[in-house]
Amino acid sequence: MDMLLEALFSILTLEGLATILCGVTAGLFIGALPGLTATMALAVLLPFTFTMSPLQGLMALGAVYMGAIYGGAFTAILINTPGTPSSIATTFDGYPMARQGRAYEALAAATIASVVGGIIGVAFLLLLAPPLARLAVVFGPAEMFWVALLGLTLVASLSSGSLLKGLLGGCIGMLLSTIGVSPIGGETRFIFGIPALQGGIELIVALIGLFVIPELISMAAQGRGALPESGKLQGGAGSAIMRMGRHIFGKPINLIRSCIIGQIIAIIPGAGGNVTSLVAYNEARRFSRDPSSFGKGNVDGVIASESSNNVMVAGSMVPLLTLGIPGAPPDAIILGVLLMHGLRPGLDLFTETGVLTNGFILSMGFAAMFLLPVGLLGGRLIHRVVVKTPFYFLLPSIAMVTILGTYALRNSMTDVFIMMLLGSVGYFLRLIGIQAAPIVLGMILGVIAEKGYVQTMLTAVVDPIPWLRLLANPLSIVLACLVVLSVATTLLPGWLERSGRMAKVDSDEEKTS
Amino acid sequence: MTLATTRWVGSLTLMAALGMPGIALAEYPEQPITYTIPFDPGGESDVTARFQEPHLEEILGVDVNVNHRPGGGGAVGWSEFQSNAEPTGYEMIGVNIPHIIAQPIMRENAGYETDNWKIVTFFHTTPNALIVPKDSQFETLDDLVQYAKENPQAVTLGGSGTFSANHLGALRLEREAGIDVTYIPFTGTGPLPAAVQGNHVSGIFNYSMLGVQMQDNARVLAVASEERVPALPDVPTFKELGYDIVGGAYRGVAVPKGTPDEIVNTLEEAFAKTNERIAEKQEPLGFVMTDITDGEVDEVMQQLKSAYQPILEEAKANQ
Repeated sequence: MDMLLEALFSILTLEGLATILCGVTAGLFIGALPGLTATMALAVLLPFTFTMSPLQGLMALGAVYMGAIYGGAFTAILINTPGTPSSIATTFDGYPMARQGRAYEALAAATIASVVGGIIGVAFLLLLAPPLARLAVVFGPAEMFWVALLGLTLVASLSSGSLLKGLLGGCIGMLLSTIGVSPIGGETRFIFGIPALQGGIELIVALIGLFVIPELISMAAQGRGALPESGKLQGGAGSAIMRMGRHIFGKPINLIRSCIIGQIIAIIPGAGGNVTSLVAYNEARRFSRDPSSFGKGNVDGVIASESSNNVMVAGSMVPLLTLGIPGAPPDAIILGVLLMHGLRPGLDLFTETGVLTNGFILSMGFAAMFLLPVGLLGGRLIHRVVVKTPFYFLLPSIAMVTILGTYALRNSMTDVFIMMLLGSVGYFLRLIGIQAAPIVLGMILGVIAEKGYVQTMLTAVVDPIPWLRLLANPLSIVLACLVVLSVATTLLPGWLERSGRMAKVDSDEEKTS
Repeated sequence: MTLATTRWVGSLTLMAALGMPGIALAEYPEQPITYTIPFDPGGESDVTARFQEPHLEEILGVDVNVNHRPGGGGAVGWSEFQSNAEPTGYEMIGVNIPHIIAQPIMRENAGYETDNWKIVTFFHTTPNALIVPKDSQFETLDDLVQYAKENPQAVTLGGSGTFSANHLGALRLEREAGIDVTYIPFTGTGPLPAAVQGNHVSGIFNYSMLGVQMQDNARVLAVASEERVPALPDVPTFKELGYDIVGGAYRGVAVPKGTPDEIVNTLEEAFAKTNERIAEKQEPLGFVMTDITDGEVDEVMQQLKSAYQPILEEAKANQ
């Protein structure tokens, strides 16, 4: 407790708070730029922390991380482009809301959800790190396989309208994920003799291509901006914030569920923020009284996505600080910083160097709180720019930023070409009803599923029936059941509806919620 | 922060626009040097480059810009470097053994050749280490070997990548000890601590750094270095235990073939001095600092090639 107080005092200095404020602001803008991810923001910042004291350096990194994950929501809502992969799910309802002229409401909801998520993540980390850490190592290859499959069932709910098209999109994504050197085994696949393709298709490149380019083409085709002109605030910004605050805290069950999902997935090594928000979104939809309104501008979708991905920021530090296991890609950089300052992950980190560790954790809490003013102000600014700028300026600007972002990601022209190609193909796929989301989902989860499956099969090489190893322990059985259940709950209503028993479905869903 | 980003984006744009022309003049260096890391940020190569960057800048007196060109286990960056980089001394790239030996053998078209550049120096090695969970039944290497002899393929050893330093280390253990274990590749070092602590594998073949990092949560059975690793004084080497396994990853830096000798010498010196300065920080993490230059580079390359080639070719034949 003393350490906690001491840590608190070491943050509550002008220098400390200024560091956090700058970090959050910088992170926010980096996160909002497609192509510049949280991982990259941290990597760029890294050399600057060498000159700072360990605590100040960690505070800066934590703040940038928090800001970047949140910043992704801006572009997700305003121009249908996830700024970071962890805000993919935010586009599903955020952008439809924006198109209905409720952009600022969506931004306010995202901000409040992010702040609450960020603080809850810090609370989990402070209070429950040791028991949660034990959970982190339970997820082995077999469990990861099932987690990935669970995520893939989301395809069914994302494909409002045609299940077939959704599945088709998912398959395209999974196929795209196989390009390059295989994660297990090291064979090169589908590179057509082009050495540059050995690196595969980077997720962010596909993300930018599939989300931004089709949106830009359709804006150009229709001669419109990202948001309708009428997208002015109804009753001013203040009332939008109040309304969203009341909505979120009036029925907190969605927020609580999303935060818990966020925390659990955050500690699974290798899943990370990309998956947290998708799963939280899917569950919000499943438990909603009105699932069909999701994807058409239901603010609960934005809340689920944004709260869960900000829980992940501090939440993924649980396995990192206690066991040295990075829960999400940006954590690997934080681990590097810890090691550089001679701090070895483990429980000693909380006792011997407790002031530093607690200071770092608390600073993330402060960073989350700073999101509120920075986000709401920055949100108004960016919102105004996007609404007021004529589309013939907005469009080329977005195009240029995305191209630069894509190039900067791996310093690769190949990536820029891939992005453009996927974008153009994506536009036509969208015209025939195959959306970007299932494709990207397939790309993210295809790799996780492949790794999990192959590793499990390798481990089971001496077993008489190797694939039984996939169900060898209780957790994987539970996860497998969840997959079956998830498929059933998404397919059953549609099937029952067709056989004319719709009324019964409603009562069924009541029971499960 | 914002300033840094602008500078960084700015320099990228400049590079893209000008194609980074460089003219080697008498007073090398006189313009910024690009130092490409063909791996993701956050890995060992990247962390090392970050350590080196400020010292190199101070010694050479010009900016050293670290950038990343990840993909294909390094191959994307290397193939691009070999086909595009100018021999002016203003472009250098991190190189790793065994990657640059194994990939051109194992892949049909890795896009680069093992020897088609001038390796300036190998500045450190990270020896392989065999790590098992804390509650593992294997107290010593002999326990593991004994068990593996009685139960072929039942011992599962995780590691980073396929035909990587870790994988080759596991294969050499199999040969030396006459055992048959199952190697499970993971993507990078990141997931390995969880695999050990969650008992998903019997053990892992990874670098000494992870052994240092996991001292409290796992047991290091042996390290594959000539002498004991300073950061792990109680862990025996494989050699001490009677297995002739010395190996791991060598990290260094290369410039295009044809780069003038005086430039190479300047870089050699700069890296050697940098190494002295960062040793204090890197050694406790489990790195073994080296200063392998000139003829020694060829010697090391030859020695490792002859150690790895038969293993790799046999593996390729079995594919």
